[in-house]
Amino acid sequence: MDPESQGHIKKIAESNGFSKDEIIVVLGASDIEGAEISAETVTFGDPSFTGPLAGVPLGLPVYHILEPEIRRAVPEAIYEENVGIWAMAADTEEIGKRFRAIRERVKTQKA
Amino acid sequence: MDDWLKGKSAIIIGERDGVQGPAIAKCLEAAGAKVIYAVTECFV
Repeated sequence: MDPESQGHIKKIAESNGFSKDEIIVVLGASDIEGAEISAETVTFGDPSFTGPLAGVPLGLPVYHILEPEIRRAVPEAIYEENVGIWAMAADTEEIGKRFRAIRERVKTQKA
Repeated sequence: MDDWLKGKSAIIIGERDGVQGPAIAKCLEAAGAKVIYAVTECFV
């Protein structure tokens, strides 16, 4: 994730205007491994230790737009129009499994 | 349709070669979330 985005996310997460319970991060990367690295960055800190989130575990709940959890919450026609073609090409169950695992790890660390 | 996204504040990191920021934003707004930051990154 580029350092500029990391800086924005850090500022938002640390500002008083938003409760961490209401913030979610949603990714759209087509490459699942790349998406997982971005997901790690906003939860456990920048693994490459180059951006503003290096060593900053924000613990934000992170999702992928292609996950079933997100799809179920979006009106079908809107989802189809904007994301449908990607959802057809990707293994959405696998993406859901991997992102659920990351969210579980966040919960475990918070507990 | 689940309504768990209603009232959430969403940070969106789209990707130029994947699902782009504005497309994700449309979906989340239609689900009742508020988009507080959206970007489309480009990895080359």
